[in-house]
Amino acid sequence: MARFFVRRLALSLVTLWLLATIVFVIANVLPTDIGRTILGPFASQQTVDALNERLGTNDPILVQYARSMRNLVTLDFGDSFQSGAPVMPTLLAAMGRSAQLAALALLLTIPISIVAGVYAARRRDRPSDRAIVLFGVTSSSIPEFVTATFLVVVVGVGLGWLPVLANPPPGAGLITTVKYLLMPATAMAVVYFGYIARMARAGTIEVLQSDYVRTATMKGLSTNQVIRRHVLRNSLVPTVAVIGVQIGYLFGGIIGVEKIFNYNGMGQLMLFAAQRKDIPMLTAGAVVIGIVYMVATLIADLIIAWMNPRVRLDEGR
Amino acid sequence: MTATFPAPQVPSAGTTAALKVEDLSLAYIVRGIPRPVLRGVSFEIAPGEAYGLVGESGCGKSTTAYAAVRYLPRNGRITGGRILIDGADITKMGSDEVRQFRAKHASMVYQDPGGALNPSTRIGTQVIEAYTVLGQSQDEAQKNALAALDRVNIADPIRVFNRYPHQLSGGMQQRVVIAMALASDPQLLVLDEPTTGLDATVEASVLDLVRTLRNETNAAVLLIAHNLGVIRSLCDRVGVMYAGKIVEEGNAVEVFERPQFPYTVGLLRSLPRHGVRKSQRALATIPGTLPQIGTDLPTCVYVDRCPLADELCRTVVPPVVDVGVGHWTRCHHYDRIGDIPEPDSGVGQVATEGAEVLALSNVSKTFHQSGHSVPALVKVDLTLNDGETLGLVGESGSGKSTLAKTILGIEGPDTGSSILLDRDELEPTAAGRPVKAKRSIQIVFQNPDSALNRGWSVRQILGRSVRKLTGLKGKAADDRVDKLAHDLRLTQRHLDLKPGQLSGGLKQRVAIARAFAGDPRIVVADEPTSALDVSVQAAILNVLSELQAESKTGYLLISHDLGVVRYLADRIAVMYLGRIMEVGDSETVFRGPNHPYTEALLSAVPSVDGEPAARIRLEGEIPSPANPPSGCVFHTRCHRFMQGICEVTEPPLIEVEPGHQMKCHIPLEELRRLQTKAKVEDIVLTTPPEALEAAVAEGIEPG
Amino acid sequence: MAVSVTNAPGPAPAAATPASERAQARRETLKLLLRRPGFVVGIVILTFWVICAVLAMLEVPYTPWDPFDGYDLTIDNPAPPSSEHLMGTDRLGRDVFSRVLYGARDVFTVAPPAALIGVVLGALLGLVMGFYRGITDDVLSRIVEAFLALPVIMVALLTLVVLGSSSVVVIGVVGILFTPIVARTVRSAVLAERQLDYVTAARLRGESGPFIMVREILPNIAGPIVVELTVRFGYAIFTVATLSFLGVGLQPPSPDWGLSVSQEYSNMISGVWWPTVFPALAIATTVVAVNLIADGLQSVLSE
Repeated sequence: MARFFVRRLALSLVTLWLLATIVFVIANVLPTDIGRTILGPFASQQTVDALNERLGTNDPILVQYARSMRNLVTLDFGDSFQSGAPVMPTLLAAMGRSAQLAALALLLTIPISIVAGVYAARRRDRPSDRAIVLFGVTSSSIPEFVTATFLVVVVGVGLGWLPVLANPPPGAGLITTVKYLLMPATAMAVVYFGYIARMARAGTIEVLQSDYVRTATMKGLSTNQVIRRHVLRNSLVPTVAVIGVQIGYLFGGIIGVEKIFNYNGMGQLMLFAAQRKDIPMLTAGAVVIGIVYMVATLIADLIIAWMNPRVRLDEGR
Repeated sequence: MTATFPAPQVPSAGTTAALKVEDLSLAYIVRGIPRPVLRGVSFEIAPGEAYGLVGESGCGKSTTAYAAVRYLPRNGRITGGRILIDGADITKMGSDEVRQFRAKHASMVYQDPGGALNPSTRIGTQVIEAYTVLGQSQDEAQKNALAALDRVNIADPIRVFNRYPHQLSGGMQQRVVIAMALASDPQLLVLDEPTTGLDATVEASVLDLVRTLRNETNAAVLLIAHNLGVIRSLCDRVGVMYAGKIVEEGNAVEVFERPQFPYTVGLLRSLPRHGVRKSQRALATIPGTLPQIGTDLPTCVYVDRCPLADELCRTVVPPVVDVGVGHWTRCHHYDRIGDIPEPDSGVGQVATEGAEVLALSNVSKTFHQSGHSVPALVKVDLTLNDGETLGLVGESGSGKSTLAKTILGIEGPDTGSSILLDRDELEPTAAGRPVKAKRSIQIVFQNPDSALNRGWSVRQILGRSVRKLTGLKGKAADDRVDKLAHDLRLTQRHLDLKPGQLSGGLKQRVAIARAFAGDPRIVVADEPTSALDVSVQAAILNVLSELQAESKTGYLLISHDLGVVRYLADRIAVMYLGRIMEVGDSETVFRGPNHPYTEALLSAVPSVDGEPAARIRLEGEIPSPANPPSGCVFHTRCHRFMQGICEVTEPPLIEVEPGHQMKCHIPLEELRRLQTKAKVEDIVLTTPPEALEAAVAEGIEPG
Repeated sequence: MAVSVTNAPGPAPAAATPASERAQARRETLKLLLRRPGFVVGIVILTFWVICAVLAMLEVPYTPWDPFDGYDLTIDNPAPPSSEHLMGTDRLGRDVFSRVLYGARDVFTVAPPAALIGVVLGALLGLVMGFYRGITDDVLSRIVEAFLALPVIMVALLTLVVLGSSSVVVIGVVGILFTPIVARTVRSAVLAERQLDYVTAARLRGESGPFIMVREILPNIAGPIVVELTVRFGYAIFTVATLSFLGVGLQPPSPDWGLSVSQEYSNMISGVWWPTVFPALAIATTVVAVNLIADGLQSVLSE
């Protein structure tokens, strides 16, 4: 297990370096006049040149690359073009708020989707299975902001059950916060239901067809015993992997949801940065979310490795 | 629906049957349409009796076995009949009853023991579970589970308890499965291909174990196996299945020696038995193919392929005819069984004194895996002559396939190795070899499904090989394709089909045709028939020997089936841990005296012709090639191990008599003396069935 | 398993020719697809939107860009759905029905090329990675892994800020971001295929790597690639709509669905739901339809 972890961590670091390089290439190498982009078509050439000088975009590309790598190592992505303040504190504060939203979404979706997926697998090809699969396909197809729109119209405006703006009032307690976050979190949870439930179903169906489930059944165990003792541990492996991946992607969908609900999180920050052409902020956002993705998949892989005795006992790679 | 009959009479042993299947019909629902798979199967097994079901894949034997424990595929439906266990009809049981029945009264042992164990749960937990399900406490169950592992000859039960399935060898895994199956002291024990996929020596020890345990329990055993030798070595009675129906039933020895149904006759004649060789006679084949599942078969199920079929067979359902004590057949013409034509004579003696085509000297191959070097081949010297077949035998991991890959250039050998083709040094890998060398060495793979590109038509497959290997173009190439097809008895229609539309036998013919596209000097045949049914195997073996007689191509035949090797091979090389242990003329090797490893290998194989008089049990597992034993690599398992010599010095491969090389410290004469004492009689044709049964019942020990 | 129902080798009917057998197999596949209600519903919805896109170019009830005649921005409110305006009008007095019809055009011009770029590049990359393995695969796999770690929407946001928004840039960015996802799927299909003996047989007769990849392996993985193309088409619509909604995709006054939602959603609170809900429904039905088709294809082609 230790060997696996070290190896996996090393690979993650290589991936992180490549990711930061790709982001650097997009932000700095694509043929664009950053100063002009920021200041717009009506600014004088002189002002543009001065800005470029100040931002260092005229430096040789390798110097810029070295700077961005230093940023990666120190996790300090420089100052915002917009406010001039360092981007990281602002970004981390916003991410914290987004993380609350994401956590609630995962909390809602993971248990429900796993139960639904396993249930569907057991009822394979029956109407209840077909309904779950159909809902899964549908729910994971619809963009978060579209689901959010429907929720606002029906639950927020139509029924008036939940607030249509997500920012809880200052000093709100847990219950109130959850109440404010429930609708945006649901909009996100719906999308992930499809992914996770379908994976749980597919994994369970595969294991249900395995020879060792046949052995367990022939021992005279009841279906519930077979599922609990022999199926779940093996069948949820791909599901864990998918959850790991989706935690990273959660932050993509969160932007639209935060916009609809005007939630003061990372998504809004990024949109604001995009409107102001605040490239350091966007770069930092992309890299930090990349890091979140990698940590999530790393943890998922470790869980999977721990579930598999072959890897846990350091016998295979 | 087919007509039904009264259940055939079974010799009643005075007791009620442990398992009684009555007129069982079963269908698979395919796209909403029920397709009959079992068409009125009836048989019964007395307590303590072993009953074998034989037949080719798709005949319904496994379906019957799984039906007997009510484990049906999702689309399987029992459409008629009863399955009685101890008088209770399990087709009518509710799910709780079925669970109780499985926990207490029926058990199963499966093919592929690796898959039958949960990969993420310790062995102990899994075995204990088989006892807790009976209502035992955890402590009690644990005690019993340890005892069970001990009972199946697992040396260190406590250590195995804490292991995971992947840490055990196939033989050990199967022992664990058997231990779990015996937990409830079941009335019915179903064995579904329990030794398929295991090495011959492991198979032998598993069969020994089952035989011993049979004497200890009073379970009725239902054995499913495609290997008739396994059936004969374990079963009292046997039923022959064809297209979802039992067509003949009787005492196992009697059915195998005096078959009374044309299909049984065909099946037995298609096997290479009694040491028959390609020079003596061709193998019998059964024309046509098994009817597809769901085909309407109103009268005799075998009528379309039967050499005796006439108008009567097509119009009247054959009755069950008694042809001996407890032996019956469903044939109108059982009295004309002798009229079934014998197969053709063989290809005659092929001159194998031809020129030397291939010469390997000092060929080694070492794999490097995460810092370890794993020698897969160690200094192999071998030659192959024009028109000669060299059989390569040995357990899995012995290096047979690596040797083939090295010759083909799929794996480059270590430096210092030399492979000469017609006295010219070959480049190590195929990519570096000239076209002439590529066309000269080709291969027939084990699995034709994998070997043929399923997206190409047969014409494309053959055409591409012809053009690439011979340089022929246009009409000349097309003519060559036609000729190849003709030689392999493929029709023009077959040429336009894709592999998926062909039967297994036809696919393998296409693969052989492809190997012959460029008039090869050598063809490597890697288990060419092990994915095929025996009747199809016979046709492929016939075709291979005919092609060789015409073209003088040298064959390197890899096979675990010693019957096949004996039929086809002129010389035999025995491999162990990447080394050649013995090489010699086929007859010399089969007659002996042999290297002790060969001796054990030969004695391990259960034969349809009867049991060897003695069996040599190999101790332990095949050692890891990464860490081979000192001295003679076989000394750790050798039953003729000599302390002080064998573990110290590795014996050289020396010629012990003309045309016979061996790698052993024991002199040939000494081996002859030792081995005649416990001579492996591989044909016990004349043994009367009762004597044989008695021998089986007593459990024969070596020496 | 106990039984093999599907692989029972059977002699084909004697009269049929191989070509007609293959046509028969295709018909069987189609029949299986048509038996799946999800697939049929998907096809119907998608066809509906394609017809809308085509019709929109010919004729719409009102021009999608301008307020209908007589609308006064200063005094009139958005009109709810009525017989005159089937889906009502938006805050600028534009006919929502006409805009939704017209928006279909954008979906079918932007999403398919993006999906196609992703699948073509991804398939090539996946073939090379799966086939050559070794160091080539190791290096490319790392890069693919890095791309997969990139948050798609974020990177698209960044790129569109740097390069400016236009349909071409959106197509390119989405296509390239999809490439590694497709590459990974294709790679695993190639790895499975590569283990089969026919690849060894091809090497033994001296075929080149590119020949084996393109002529031998590629046709056999066409099924997964077709499925992947459909799935990617669905995600392209999903992603493009999201980008438009975020304001970095297509720009006003385009009647793009995502953009329409973005322009109008803040009025939902005051009860003006129709300019938002109808484009949102349009997005939802289209993406769901494409995914239903993909789901059907996947089940049938993998059987």
